[in-house]
Amino acid sequence: MSTGSGIPPIVSSKSWTVKVREKGVESLPPERLLPDGQPTYVASWIYVFGVASIASLVVIIGSGCILALKGPAWWHETGVGHFFNSIHLWSVELFFFAMVVHLWGKYWMAAWRGGRGRVWVTGAIVFLVAVPCALTGYVSQQNFDAQWISTQAKDAMNSVGVGSFFNLTNFGQMYSYHILLLPIAVVALVSLHVLLVRRNGVVPPIELEEKLKS
Amino acid sequence: MSFLRSKDETKPWKGSYAPYDLIKELCIAVGVIALLAVLLTVLFSSPDDKPSTIAPADFATTAATELAGTSGTAEYGPPYNHSSGSVQHFLLLHPQRWLGVSHPIDTAEDYVVKPLETIPNDPALGSALAEYKAASATQKQEWSAAYAKPLEEYAVAVEEKKTPPSTVSVDQSTGTVTVKASGAGPVGTMMTSLQALAQSGGLEGGLVSSSQFFQTDYTKPLLFMADGGLLGERAEGQHLLGEQWGLMNETGSYPGQPWLWLYALWYQVEPIKSSPNADIQVLLIMGLLSLAFICIPFIPGINSLPRKIPIYKLIWKEHYRELPGAEGTTRPRGT
Repeated sequence: MSTGSGIPPIVSSKSWTVKVREKGVESLPPERLLPDGQPTYVASWIYVFGVASIASLVVIIGSGCILALKGPAWWHETGVGHFFNSIHLWSVELFFFAMVVHLWGKYWMAAWRGGRGRVWVTGAIVFLVAVPCALTGYVSQQNFDAQWISTQAKDAMNSVGVGSFFNLTNFGQMYSYHILLLPIAVVALVSLHVLLVRRNGVVPPIELEEKLKS
Repeated sequence: MSFLRSKDETKPWKGSYAPYDLIKELCIAVGVIALLAVLLTVLFSSPDDKPSTIAPADFATTAATELAGTSGTAEYGPPYNHSSGSVQHFLLLHPQRWLGVSHPIDTAEDYVVKPLETIPNDPALGSALAEYKAASATQKQEWSAAYAKPLEEYAVAVEEKKTPPSTVSVDQSTGTVTVKASGAGPVGTMMTSLQALAQSGGLEGGLVSSSQFFQTDYTKPLLFMADGGLLGERAEGQHLLGEQWGLMNETGSYPGQPWLWLYALWYQVEPIKSSPNADIQVLLIMGLLSLAFICIPFIPGINSLPRKIPIYKLIWKEHYRELPGAEGTTRPRGT
């Protein structure tokens, strides 16, 4: 409880807030969370695709927010709406492209080394969650693609029982998943992934055996 | 998780650091990606083919099968009804059955009878509906089958490019289908009214509406259209069928969902390709592969492959080139 302006509060060791703060600062001190230096081995084009994935996600969310502001029918009726829909589509294509290259790069770097298993796991789950996020977008388009994709993909969902609670032909449900539930999951997972990267640092190069011997 | 690191000799970096501006890099990346997206938009735009509507062309045939209970939806099974036409399983796994009927659809009631009941002031239709509803299930089935039979013969003749039977005539200008079916009882009158309702655009509303004013669930009209042939014909022309790798395609020459290529691949491979349980087989395979994908760091053999195929030497070639002198030149900080 603050006793007045400029006077620090009494720190209680039982305070949940204090515990969370101390744990947070211990795990991710500010200079590690937002570093101004990187190991010199972080010098390859492959590193571009990680940040490109996040940048694409930013553009996806930005264009998606503009589309959401005007509602799902807007982009069919106006040139401006169609323009932002196209931005949304192409940023999704760029997102998946960058993410796939990033994942392949990280695989060949064996980037899970040095206790970074969780970094890989969260990254892989981002990819897997992004797939239904995109699919719900395709079936929410309210055009022929949405009609065809929803009526075809429903069989796969129904075959494993998922269709009973995740109905691809229910526009309202799919739109909710697409603009709220799944984006929240993707952003949360990406955030966790990035925090884990910051906490563990970028994985060092695989040591060359011949160099080690020499 | 220490067992996962048993052979992991990766040590924390003790070498040198170079200046790096994380926020600036992110801002530049967002700018570049946004510009790239704008460029692709200007060059290629995005597809927006108008949705199909419940059109007269194959409407009469579809509606007749819905009433007779022989359409794809009528014979589907869970989650729409208790039939078994599209129920899949894998060994002892029957999840489609286990989850039950969550979106009940009675095709005769929902696609024909209930929409007709919304038409006011039509005495002929009213008495036809009353006669239909009062009849036994067997009688209803006989009438529906009698009405559907000439339409099925017509559809087969058209598909085989033979002369269609004279019992069905189609007015191409209005799309009106006239069916001469003996033994169809009141069904002929009902279906004529249903066609008129569809042509007026009232059927979609009749299928979507429920006890609530606002509705966003298009399950019924979409399944009705999928039971007909128009969606499929249009999809084939747009390379969207399963055998055309349609699962990952979209209309036009747009990239669609290329990240679904592995899903689409299994549908091209025997015995899955011709299996009545193809969907559950593909999803189970993909479920296992997805799990393996997540667990790559912990799968022996897969997790050591990067060391054996030294693509990492290309990735870190700058580092390896400078390795002998890499012991701290710029700003040693530790990790």
